[in-house]
Amino acid sequence: MRLLITTAAAVVTIALSATAQAFCGFYVAKADTSLFNRASQVVLVRDGDRTVLTMANDFEGDVEDFAVVIPVPTFIEREQINVADNALIDHLDAYTAPRLVEYFDPDPCQRYDVRELAAMASRPVSDEDMNGEREQSLGVTIEASYTVGEYDILILSAEESDGLITWLTENGYRIPDGAEEVVGSYLRQDMRFFVAKVNLEAQAESGYSYLRPLQVAFESPRFMLPIRLGTLNADGMQELYVYALTRTGRVETTNYRTVRLPSDTEVPEFVEAEFGEFYRDMFTRQVEEENNRAVFLEYAWDMAWCDPCAADPLSPDELRRLGVYWVGSPAREQQSLVQPAAQNVFVTRLHVRYDAEHFPEDLMFQETGDRSNFQGRYVIRHPFTGEASCDTSDYEQQVQERQEREAQQLANLTGWDIDEIRERIPTLADLRPEEEPWWVRIWN
Amino acid sequence: MPAFVSGMTTLSTIRLSDPRLYQIGVLTCLVTFGIVVLDFGIHWQNAAAIIATALATQWLGGKLVGLPSFDPLSALITSLSLTMLFRTDVVVLAALAAGVAIGSKFLIRVRGKHVFNPANFAIVTLILASDHAWISTGQWGNAAIGALALACLGFLVLTRAKRSETTLSFLLAFAALLFGRAFWLGDPISIPMHQMSNGALLIFAFFMISDPKTSPDTRLGRILFGIVVALVAMSIRFVLFEPAAPVLALIVCSPLVPLIDAAFRGDFYQWHAPAGEPLFTRRPKCDY
Repeated sequence: MRLLITTAAAVVTIALSATAQAFCGFYVAKADTSLFNRASQVVLVRDGDRTVLTMANDFEGDVEDFAVVIPVPTFIEREQINVADNALIDHLDAYTAPRLVEYFDPDPCQRYDVRELAAMASRPVSDEDMNGEREQSLGVTIEASYTVGEYDILILSAEESDGLITWLTENGYRIPDGAEEVVGSYLRQDMRFFVAKVNLEAQAESGYSYLRPLQVAFESPRFMLPIRLGTLNADGMQELYVYALTRTGRVETTNYRTVRLPSDTEVPEFVEAEFGEFYRDMFTRQVEEENNRAVFLEYAWDMAWCDPCAADPLSPDELRRLGVYWVGSPAREQQSLVQPAAQNVFVTRLHVRYDAEHFPEDLMFQETGDRSNFQGRYVIRHPFTGEASCDTSDYEQQVQERQEREAQQLANLTGWDIDEIRERIPTLADLRPEEEPWWVRIWN
Repeated sequence: MPAFVSGMTTLSTIRLSDPRLYQIGVLTCLVTFGIVVLDFGIHWQNAAAIIATALATQWLGGKLVGLPSFDPLSALITSLSLTMLFRTDVVVLAALAAGVAIGSKFLIRVRGKHVFNPANFAIVTLILASDHAWISTGQWGNAAIGALALACLGFLVLTRAKRSETTLSFLLAFAALLFGRAFWLGDPISIPMHQMSNGALLIFAFFMISDPKTSPDTRLGRILFGIVVALVAMSIRFVLFEPAAPVLALIVCSPLVPLIDAAFRGDFYQWHAPAGEPLFTRRPKCDY
């Protein structure tokens, strides 16, 4: 019997005869989390002591003998558990993902007044960004307030929790080495567990071939994410994305450094075609520079808007389904034809690559009052390649200097070889369409 | 007297032997390191507002209580501590914190000593009063070398100030409690090690709880005080789950200092003793 542990944070996944793999999305020029293997996503809604935790499980495989054991900071009842739709987290991921914007140099021979230039500079031209393809959530009907989707939830009372390990062993689940100690430590800290087994019948009825994210709502002064169980049987570093949705402002870790991802950097044009690799290698480089000990801030923004938008902000309905209970009720929305703009929801996207050695303690968070916006934004500037009606030697010089600067910045950010980068940057002459021989126009 | 002459008088009252000069030097290095290397996200407007307000409040308070000269050193130390620890996205709150800090020195006094460490008092007051004020306890990270460097630099300040008992007793008690808790829970030793090698904790221990003006007068009292603060900090951290536990613990425990002083009569600390007098004296002085 083979046991594999999926990498979900806050979750130890116990599977029998199954393979755990990260799903692999196919996106171009948009750094989605699916570019990483073993990526787990957690949405943390926090308001005072009230918390709603949504955990996206990247498990794929035979789900017949599958169970997740989830530690929660307080005893919970069945009504506090729910299942969400993957589309909600995908949308949140798309909305907060690091983005690439592109600008086109104006004709260097043309004179613009200041206002026109300013307007141009602030306009993102990328088609993808302009259209911001909105991912529509697939509708999920929650059958009744007591249903928990395709999962059979076993809530263990305090007494039964003591026997959690025994229960798992007796039911044929193999426990990873060290799990007993961590479970014991959590129990002494008054943390509780619930076990979610996949109910095949319910899953067949739901029509989903994958497992939907589990949600749990609880009230606790502990604003934290238990990651220790996830590190037990891990093969190398794990990838975790935390999307915090709060009322007041940005969320940061209190027991690890929260570092902003480098942003607003100009990079060479060819990065557009390989933005995924760029993001992955840049992140790896930043993690190494922080000695594998930092949590990275990738996005912090008021949910009411975005600029530029990688995807539309989440609708009040989507937010409510993620647990943001303070946004307007559906009844009120129907009365009002206009979608409320200010949702009073601040989103923070944190990205951490962790293992037990560098992150021995669970992630502890706090909500700050900081509402200043931050996003991972990278800029491409396309040189003007049209026909020039004046001497453009100055402009060519500027472009050359800019391209060299961009090459150095890219090498710095990603650790890519500077010479290879330089080779891949075309000169302005290469970019311009070849001039027609003079005789072509004589008789045409 | 022309303003520049009175300024020179002020400067002439500062002695090179004053430990606060070293403290200002070390704090300035730490703030610079935090801004340049660690990217604390400190707005220069906040730093400027804090320093200007603190100095102005110190000057005004000094005038009102009739201090013979304007001594900017303590106000500068408070300013640097606030710049390093206090976070806000509203400049007015930064200025208010500085005003509250220095104001508390003049207003909340028992037996000729101020009760609360000024920066500590301001941080806690503002955090309780506004959503836009917080402390970033994780901002220093846990790099062991960094922690060591901070500790050594801090210790230098302490040995100059000759009041290391509070710091040491606090750190030892806090470490003992963290390691004891880990042992009880069956946790690996890496967890309490990680908790102890926190830059913010060391800064608190070396630069805030060590404040000689607000710690007990006797050695025994200081040791006792350090242990009590550690106990309260542990309770706040693991019962109330507040990340800024030591800072909150200090404010809770500060009113105990006059009681401890009453129980153990001791020497009163002066920043700079007149020539021929020891740093510690039994003669209470109105020092701000």
